[in-house]
Amino acid sequence: MIVVDDVRFAFEDMLMEFDMAVGNSEFLAVIGPSGSGKSTLLNLIAGFEKPLSGRIQVDGRDVTDEPPELRPVSMIFQDHNSFAHLDLWTNVALGISPRLKLTANDRSRVDDALARVGIDTLKRRKPGEVSGGERQRIAIARALVRDRPILLLDEPFTALGPGLRREMLDLLLDIKGERGLTVLLVTHDPDDARHAATHVAYLEGGKIIAKRPVKEFFAARDIPGLKDYIGPDSG
Amino acid sequence: MTRLPAIFALAVIVVAIGLGIGPVIGIGLGQGMAGASPFDGYLWQVLRFTLLQAGLSTLLSVGFAIPVSWALFRTTFPGRNLVIQLFALPMALPAIVAVLGIVAIFGRAGLLAKASGVPIDIYGLGGILIAHVFFNLPFAVRLFMQRLDGVAPEPWRLATQLGFSTGDRFRLIGWPAIRSGLTGAASLIFLLCTASFAAVLTLGGGPRATTLEVAIYQALRFDFDPARAGALALVQLVLCAVLVALAGQYALQMHGGASLASRRYGFTPASPGLADTLLIGTATLFVAAPLLAIVLSGISASFAWSAIARASLTSAAIAIASVVMSIALALPMAFAMARAQSRAGQTSFALAGVLSLIVPPAVLATGWFVLVAGFGLSRWLAFLLVAAMNTLMALPFALGALAPAARQVLLPHDRLCASLGLGGLHRLWRIDLPLLRKPLFFAAGICFAVSLGDLTAISLFGSQDLVTLPSLIYAQMGSYRIDSAAATALVLMVLSISVIILAERQGRQS
Repeated sequence: MIVVDDVRFAFEDMLMEFDMAVGNSEFLAVIGPSGSGKSTLLNLIAGFEKPLSGRIQVDGRDVTDEPPELRPVSMIFQDHNSFAHLDLWTNVALGISPRLKLTANDRSRVDDALARVGIDTLKRRKPGEVSGGERQRIAIARALVRDRPILLLDEPFTALGPGLRREMLDLLLDIKGERGLTVLLVTHDPDDARHAATHVAYLEGGKIIAKRPVKEFFAARDIPGLKDYIGPDSG
Repeated sequence: MTRLPAIFALAVIVVAIGLGIGPVIGIGLGQGMAGASPFDGYLWQVLRFTLLQAGLSTLLSVGFAIPVSWALFRTTFPGRNLVIQLFALPMALPAIVAVLGIVAIFGRAGLLAKASGVPIDIYGLGGILIAHVFFNLPFAVRLFMQRLDGVAPEPWRLATQLGFSTGDRFRLIGWPAIRSGLTGAASLIFLLCTASFAAVLTLGGGPRATTLEVAIYQALRFDFDPARAGALALVQLVLCAVLVALAGQYALQMHGGASLASRRYGFTPASPGLADTLLIGTATLFVAAPLLAIVLSGISASFAWSAIARASLTSAAIAIASVVMSIALALPMAFAMARAQSRAGQTSFALAGVLSLIVPPAVLATGWFVLVAGFGLSRWLAFLLVAAMNTLMALPFALGALAPAARQVLLPHDRLCASLGLGGLHRLWRIDLPLLRKPLFFAAGICFAVSLGDLTAISLFGSQDLVTLPSLIYAQMGSYRIDSAAATALVLMVLSISVIILAERQGRQS
């Protein structure tokens, strides 16, 4: 259970206020216009940003003052998820030890993670030599070896085509099921939310306007701003 | 139609350089043929020293710049922006002024010798290295910081999430970023040190510690030996051509500097630890001390006002002439580069812009000197030759400022102008020049500063009738009027830095 308890944060001249709870094993899609605070919300949970006030708790533990590496969280970004001069295997292994001091067991965990996301045949390639989808699989494999209960994804599939996107979402769903992860996915596409999420949060102007189970959310007519955001065609 | 002025500009440059290297090649080869080989022990010694000092200068500058830029990049402390701005100064400073400041600190009667009681002999390799590191260490620091600034926030965040130590961050993020600029920075610094003139002239120790560039000057102006000068110039020409061929493409990638405030990294900058403080402190002191020495010794010195005023006027006149000529050459070339369809077209203009890197001033001067020797070097001819040489020295900077701007600003208007029937001079006056006002101003400022700080051309062609501020300083140093030299240096420093600041302020692209 993630509790974001009355967290305030200032970005340039915009004051943001977040207050929400995410249950264990939820798949929460975070949607909303650009600049609404979606990435900031994830950065606060990951510990890359410090709130002005308020607390963040995970399973009853207050993590507000914990540094990012100690939080029970892995985060995947839109891009730059890998180090361009290191091969895929090494990029994943960094998730276990930054100095690459690995036991035999660690090595096989890296191999397993690469195999699980389907890039084990590419493990000696550099990130620049594989496709965009394969690059994001590096990040997922690294999250697997880090083995944290919460996975935060900040528009990780935006640059991918629709078919590949669906494929990556399905991979994510499978892994979530296997590991019992809690997933927060920032996305621009309501279809991603419909396909994969259990819950949806809609943000606007630095506030969480609504957070509901996915079916309820898309059936709702009482969420201000949502209709303009999604547009008339899909609704 | 728009290509004609560019081709004319190109022709002017090629002819000017051809007139310079033609006689050099002629004399050099002629000497070789005649068997009276000037390729003797002296020449090899000079060549070896040229490469040695350039190599060591590069190694020291780059070697120290790596840890300093890393420390400066990831820390925060009051005055950090000031340090970064301070590191932009040496490159903007006329070499002769910096030399004076360095002597005041590291020289025989300098601060360091007085404080420690140990006599220091700065003249020779040591002094040359100190001067070259003074110029190039801060330059390299800014180049590397620019690379570090260019890293996206995500890798730093990733590093935080994965619990990287400072060492891990350097190994996995910082070093790869710095390494991407390493070849370029090292190549550029090596090239600059190979053709360095003022520092070697003033701090070199006679024939043991002289470079080709200075040896050419000595052969021409002291030994009146065009044959030896020609041979030396030919070696310098080949050396620089080889260096540019090997490293020019890397060197040309390097420009710009560190940004002051764009802290968009995904990490909170730390306050500096002991090692960081020592590194940043030492580098800052090394750069700041000579600058402070110029100001302090200048203020209390005796200003030879009438000489300073006359030299200032001469300097300004030469600088204005070379600004006008550089812009007149660079502008049509920038237009043509922006519109060039073929790769060959673009390359030939770009190459023309860097010819002055391949053909260093002293080489060019040797040829021109031999050509005009028959007429005698009148004051006006000397003025013209100095201005022309400064023009060629400033051309890469002018082209560097104007070519990207021309591409950005002009091309998008081509179709609109064509549909309105706007063309020719009318378009130039109404549309292009106003749009290019800022980069033009910037280019003019940089050219002015290059000319203002030049000691090479004025040493080669100057006389008692033609004295600029740098050559006045050199003359005052030579006659042991260090006090007057310090005063003149202060004036020149204030002028140069004002021009650069003005150019950067006015010319900054929004």
